[in-house]
Amino acid sequence: MNEFLQQLVNGLALGAIYALIALGYTMVYGVLRFINFAHGDVFMLGAFAGYFLSPVVNRFLPAQSYLGGTLVLLLAMLLCAGLGMLIEFLAYRPLRQRPKLTVLITAIGVSLFIEYTCQHKYVFGAAPKKFPDLIPTETWRFGGLVLSSNQLLVFVTSLLLLGALRFVVQKTRMGMAMRAVSFNEQAAALMGVNINSVISFTFGLGSALAAAGGILFAMNYASIEPLMGVQMGLKAFIAAVFGGIGNIPGAALGGIILGIIETFAGGIPGLSNYRDGIAFAILILMLLFKPAGLLGKAQVEKV
Amino acid sequence: MFLGLTAGALLVLASGGCGKSEGGAGAAADTVKVGEFASLTGKEATFGISSHEGTLLAIEELNAGGGVLGRKLELLTEDDQSKAGEPATVVNKLIARDNVVAILGEVASSRSLEAAPICQQNKIPMISPSSTNPKVTETGDYIFRVCFVDPFQGTVMANFATKTLHAKKVSVFTDVKSDYSKGLAKYFKEGFLASGGQIVAELDFNGGDKDFKAQLTAIKAAGPDAVFVPGYYTDAALICIQAKQLGLNVPFFGGDGWESDQLVKIGQDSVEGNYFSTHYASDVATDRSKNFVVSYQKRFNGKVPDAMAALGYDSALVLADAIRRAGSTDGPKVRDALAATKDFDGVTGETTINEKRDATKSAVILQVKDGKFKYLETVAP
Amino acid sequence: MQSRTKRTCLFAIVLAVGVSLCSHWFNRYYLGVAIDIAINIILAVSLNLINGHTGQFSLGHAGFMAVGGYTAAKFSLLVQPHLPPWLQPVVFILGLALGGALAALAGLAVGVPTLRLRGDYLAIVTLGFGEIIRVILQNTDFFGAATGLTGIPNWTSFGWAWSLAAVTVFVIASLVNSTYGRGFIAVHDDEVAAGASGINPVRYKVTAFCIGSFFAGIAGGLYAHHKSFLSPTGFDFMKSIDIVVMVILGGMGRTAGVIVAAILLTILPELLRGFADYRMIIYSLLIIGLMLARPQGLFAFGKAAAK
Repeated sequence: MNEFLQQLVNGLALGAIYALIALGYTMVYGVLRFINFAHGDVFMLGAFAGYFLSPVVNRFLPAQSYLGGTLVLLLAMLLCAGLGMLIEFLAYRPLRQRPKLTVLITAIGVSLFIEYTCQHKYVFGAAPKKFPDLIPTETWRFGGLVLSSNQLLVFVTSLLLLGALRFVVQKTRMGMAMRAVSFNEQAAALMGVNINSVISFTFGLGSALAAAGGILFAMNYASIEPLMGVQMGLKAFIAAVFGGIGNIPGAALGGIILGIIETFAGGIPGLSNYRDGIAFAILILMLLFKPAGLLGKAQVEKV
Repeated sequence: MFLGLTAGALLVLASGGCGKSEGGAGAAADTVKVGEFASLTGKEATFGISSHEGTLLAIEELNAGGGVLGRKLELLTEDDQSKAGEPATVVNKLIARDNVVAILGEVASSRSLEAAPICQQNKIPMISPSSTNPKVTETGDYIFRVCFVDPFQGTVMANFATKTLHAKKVSVFTDVKSDYSKGLAKYFKEGFLASGGQIVAELDFNGGDKDFKAQLTAIKAAGPDAVFVPGYYTDAALICIQAKQLGLNVPFFGGDGWESDQLVKIGQDSVEGNYFSTHYASDVATDRSKNFVVSYQKRFNGKVPDAMAALGYDSALVLADAIRRAGSTDGPKVRDALAATKDFDGVTGETTINEKRDATKSAVILQVKDGKFKYLETVAP
Repeated sequence: MQSRTKRTCLFAIVLAVGVSLCSHWFNRYYLGVAIDIAINIILAVSLNLINGHTGQFSLGHAGFMAVGGYTAAKFSLLVQPHLPPWLQPVVFILGLALGGALAALAGLAVGVPTLRLRGDYLAIVTLGFGEIIRVILQNTDFFGAATGLTGIPNWTSFGWAWSLAAVTVFVIASLVNSTYGRGFIAVHDDEVAAGASGINPVRYKVTAFCIGSFFAGIAGGLYAHHKSFLSPTGFDFMKSIDIVVMVILGGMGRTAGVIVAAILLTILPELLRGFADYRMIIYSLLIIGLMLARPQGLFAFGKAAAK
């Protein structure tokens, strides 16, 4: 029973991070109908932003404080939001009218560019680095169950961010504009929505969430390196599709479920080496039986 | 159109490549060209770069001392991007176009295995710094290595587990993506079971993964006395951290892939008290090793050399020594000289090349104490 | 047009075999690169059938290549010791064909359930399939697991590689230009209209998928007997991307363009070896630049450019 609960805790923590990254994929898809392959790398950049910002922040605030940690998180989110918007402006906006395939390939190019540039010795270098402790950590034990404060932080922060996202999407004008564009771009434009701003904003928001995911991830798993976004990005993407691509609660749900399933599978001897394959198998099964995803609605194609 | 294409292909071939490659004679008088292939970019860049830096340092020092046979050494390095399929291409290039006299590489056994047949066919000696899969040198008599092999290291750790750790039940946590890890795990299991131990819980991970909690939870539930992690320090550090977080407080131990100062930098308290086997210990180090560490730090901005760097360094030195003894850069002669290497004083210990063209070396077992690697014991082959 | 293509391909095959016989005149390295080019041509042209002509987006071509490669390699490894040398070409062809057939079967298995999905979803599923193949290979000792398969006989010569490339181009080009083949293009242009005109889109898509996978399998077999070594990591997502880039660069659906793109993208990394540090960075910038500047591909003239 203990093992089961422990795996559940582990799975939720992992799943929450997948959820944060998956949200970015799903929002961009909803608004642009395009899979941003470079999203996983923004996750990595967020973690590195935290790595470099932490000593800077520590000059003004005491090390390992909640205030300092929050500041680093917010700064990294801001930085990556800007980066996301920059990428959109430079690489995707000029291709707005082109077929989806072209933008997809460009996204792949951007992703490779970020990864290989960061691996270069003048940038971050390929070797993994230790992520600094942003806040004091504690571990709590309940019987045989172990919960670390970092894991708790992941849940709390993810919930807060999800709540904030929901607020933005449902209650603000920009959120309404986002929903309008994702529903029907042309009609929204005719209604006076500035498509470019909405798209920029969506990218910024998605990137900020990925950055948050990156920092939470780095806090839990200590080591960061330029290729860390590849696997995480792929899995989060699967989570987004699993939950219904374009659907925000779906992405969150997909992330959590994927995290849990993957964790349980990983704990079974003999199955643990297929851990990566399991995520894909789930994906394929989902696409075969319910392509729209868990919470997605089947898109009727009008002829 | 297609006509033009085939004609074009022919032209490319003709312009680039007429003339059979001169096997291994090297450029006439100027330099002795040594080829190296390593994973300078891609997933295993951190190991390839370490190995390359060690080799580079050795070549530079050799040249500062006059080179070999009165000529300077020229190191031609190619990046294989950690990708399968690349080693064959780059080694072909080094041999056929750049006319190197020998090849140094690679860290990963799978990529060494890809290149070895090509070197063997062309009678170019190849020295792998740290590939531990036995199959590498089995490819042919031109293929050597300066490290010990998995069977040896696995047995060393099995004995260590039984005799020093007094562990009756051990869990094995293998990197299923790395044949180094799998090989080591296999030989460890054989040795450990033979001495009456019990393997409880065998789990796998994918090298490069960050989350091991799922598997570690299962390992914890199996209740081992110790856990063997035959992987690389990049993963080992994280594994130790997460094990501690989960309350799995048994000794963890591993092989030479653990050796790096990054292990302690990333793992910090969690790796304290854990063990691993490797080629040399810096606290009982010979002057040779100490000087190497100092020179390496000077050359590479204070970076502390890890096992790959030390082995890369030794591979170049062993090659130079063989060339000197052979008195020529001719492939077969260098090969024979390499095979006759005996008690070579390298930074990773005394190296003798045995009849299988592997290095007969002692392994040392280190323990992490107070954030440093402390020598525990030596195990002779 | 048909007979001219036939004649050029025949000539190409003769030329290729001729060169092969004198291959020891040529530098090993360049010969190796030339063979790589031929293999990439087969991969690109076969993917072009799926992505370009039929308009489906497959991101898992490397998976089919792996199936073909491992099958052919294992076949050769098992049969070779019992073999008199004069039987080698027969065994080679047999192995390649076996690999291709199995790859086509895999294509069928993947295609049938998924080709009723929309474009983006197919991309994801094929990506997943490629990864699953890789994970399975990595964990199966029969196929060498993480260590890989070593000692595969080096049977791929310049002659074999380029002859098969010529055959591939011929088959696919003829197919697309035939009456039956118009169906592919119809499905590409407008699936619903094609369906309404009596062309079963799913049947065509699956056919394209199977044929494309078959040739990918052949390419895999050639690759295995060229490098003499197979490792699961060589068939990952990145390899699929490499092939997709060739197809996009060449202009989706333009066979000639795709062939030139394959040649270019095989030679380019070799030319950039001098800048080893920056090689991949330049490569990725090139991809971005080309997409921004000339997304219809470098070699699309006439029909495609007019779109």
